[in-house]
Amino acid sequence: MDVPLIELSGVVKSFGPVSVLKGVELKAFPGKVTALVGDNGAGKSTLIKGLAGVQPYDGGEVRFDGAPVSLHHPRDASRLGIEVVYQDLALCDNLDIVQNMFLGREETEFGTFDEGLMEKEASDTLRSLSVRTVKSVRQKVSSLSGGQRQTVAIARAVLKKARLVILDEPTAALGVAQTEQVLNLVRRLADQGVAVILISHNLADVFEVADHIDVLYLGQMVAHLDADQTSRDDVVGYITGTKVQQGASA
Amino acid sequence: MSTPRTPQTPQAPQTTGPAPDTSVNDVNDLIGSGQEGSVADQARAYLQRIQHGDMGALPAVAGLVVLTILFSFLSPFFLTERNFANLLTQAATLVMLGMALVFVLLLGEIDLSAGVTSGMTMALFIVLVNVHAIAWPIALAIAFAAGILTGTLIGFFVARVGIPSFVVTLGLFLGYQGLTLMIIGSGGLYRVQIPEIRDIQNSNMPVWAGWVMLAIIIAISAGISFWDRARRTRAGVPNRTIALVWIKLGVIAVIGGAAIAVLSRNRGQSVGVVEGVPIVVPIVLVILWIGTFVLDRTRFGRYLYAIGGNAEAARRSGVKVMAIRWSAFIVCSTLAVVSGLFSISKVGSIDAAAGREIVLSGVAAAVVGGVSLFGGRGRLMHAAIGALVIAVITNGLGLLNLPAGVNLMVTGGVLILAATVDAISRVRAGGSLMRT
Ligand SMILES: Nc1ncnc2c1ncn2[C@@H]1O[C@H](COP(=O)(O)OP(=O)(O)O)[C@@H](O)[C@H]1O
Ligand SMILES: [Mg+2]
Repeated sequence: MDVPLIELSGVVKSFGPVSVLKGVELKAFPGKVTALVGDNGAGKSTLIKGLAGVQPYDGGEVRFDGAPVSLHHPRDASRLGIEVVYQDLALCDNLDIVQNMFLGREETEFGTFDEGLMEKEASDTLRSLSVRTVKSVRQKVSSLSGGQRQTVAIARAVLKKARLVILDEPTAALGVAQTEQVLNLVRRLADQGVAVILISHNLADVFEVADHIDVLYLGQMVAHLDADQTSRDDVVGYITGTKVQQGASA
Repeated sequence: MSTPRTPQTPQAPQTTGPAPDTSVNDVNDLIGSGQEGSVADQARAYLQRIQHGDMGALPAVAGLVVLTILFSFLSPFFLTERNFANLLTQAATLVMLGMALVFVLLLGEIDLSAGVTSGMTMALFIVLVNVHAIAWPIALAIAFAAGILTGTLIGFFVARVGIPSFVVTLGLFLGYQGLTLMIIGSGGLYRVQIPEIRDIQNSNMPVWAGWVMLAIIIAISAGISFWDRARRTRAGVPNRTIALVWIKLGVIAVIGGAAIAVLSRNRGQSVGVVEGVPIVVPIVLVILWIGTFVLDRTRFGRYLYAIGGNAEAARRSGVKVMAIRWSAFIVCSTLAVVSGLFSISKVGSIDAAAGREIVLSGVAAAVVGGVSLFGGRGRLMHAAIGALVIAVITNGLGLLNLPAGVNLMVTGGVLILAATVDAISRVRAGGSLMRT
């Protein structure tokens, strides 16, 4: 098997007395989609917020390209090429599409913005993702629909040569056609060599795009599965805790 | 980009949009940039934005025009050269304070102590000069240092400790009244005798300098417009039709020219000639221009808007939210010192009550001009225009010899009206950040 781009082991995180991650391991591979599934409150979002450097882990090891790294700030993550599309999208409604895509990494010339360059890169990225629904890259995000916002959030993630893209429930709020578009986008990302971690509740989505399926149950990783060697029922069993994989948990 | 561009064969050609001078761009490009089209198209897009509640300073500008017409009918003195110059100097203090407040209002924060900060620092300044015989430039530097320190203190409690700015600055609002009282002594009043400080609000530039100022403003506006266009062309994205640049420069030339023409006429009442643009005007314009440049074109400015729009999104994007918040309060307090300077220059003296009343008018000025109290929306120009609206109301009602109570009631009514517009446009649209 390939070498993983990122490898977590023994990751722990608590909020006060509540232990949310209890020694989790996870791998993601370049060019592959790894689905992370689990019931509400299993700790999926917490796990990826640690990877993003937004909410650092209390302990455990993260290896990137085989070397241990520390992720204590969003910049640590973006420096490695880790980009996250959050469940709650985290866009600024009062800014336009270009401004949102470049937030925190604006192109400047003599310390002032090079708006033309940013606009160019933003529309190139949207076009490379075959986005057709956006009228103008200078639209305010407040004027966009749910699907368009999702698209902008994903485009933001891939704007700067991302190596690992993590999507937290990207299709949860979308209709059928938009879900299909986003899943196509996810597959296209992986085909470009990006390692993708996809969090989803929807097993149909998961089986459509994922290569690997990892199941988180109450803060512990209970199964690492290959998508083509498992079934929906198995995955549901792991998610609900009625089934336990031998040797999966530490 | 590592991502290969998937070639697309457009099945149905999009409605062949007008766009003669967007030829740089791929004709089949489905994503626009909002820059395409003729003057008429741009005007239509602007009207559409207004319909969606993105009104910016439009209501305030309309209000300014209506008030000017109204007062010029009601009072023969309103539209005189003398009153026009007077109005500008009366407004300067409030314009400055309103602009100072924009930096914190953009974050959705407030600084209720901005007025007393200007009062306290000016008390310090004048007492150091008058009582302790310290050279005025040094005393002024100390006053500015006190202002910066004030902002640092507020920023510490708001951004670092996490206390709501309303509470912190309300505390300071009370505390600084006490401090000013201790500096000046109860019942005390000090005259401002420094000629350079008095000149700011009481002397005028030579007539020729006013015209040179206008020429410089037009040259800088043109230079920046063409620099922007050159950069956009280099990046290969479309430019707005060049007619818009000429229109913008024409508007500046006509309005600016008219104002300077009026100010260039002798407005002296008896002996002696009084003419030229008051010295305070170019000072305000320079600060307005620098501040606008920072807000529109630098990271610090962009992050103020981003934090005001969605602080969590900004944080996740790697923005140092705490540092930006902290600095915004420092900028606000520092500009408040400038506002205090304009005030003592105009009044000619300082007492222990200095700066106590003005802060709410400053907030009102910003809101009337179109700055959102909810954060993330507004420009320095808005605060300046809002301050002019309030100054015109004060000035006009004063000319009519109406009791001061009427002034307060009218200003209060205008503020509530403006806040209503703000709340409605917040529901209907996101913001008005992009310049036209
Ligand atoms: N900031 C926080 N403070 C306290 N508890 C939290 C916080 N974030 C998440 N939790 C708790 O951690 C658990 C896992 O949450 P989360 O990672 O969002 O789960 P998932 O994304 O798998 O639904 C939940 O019980 C949630 O209440
Ligand atoms: Mg979640």
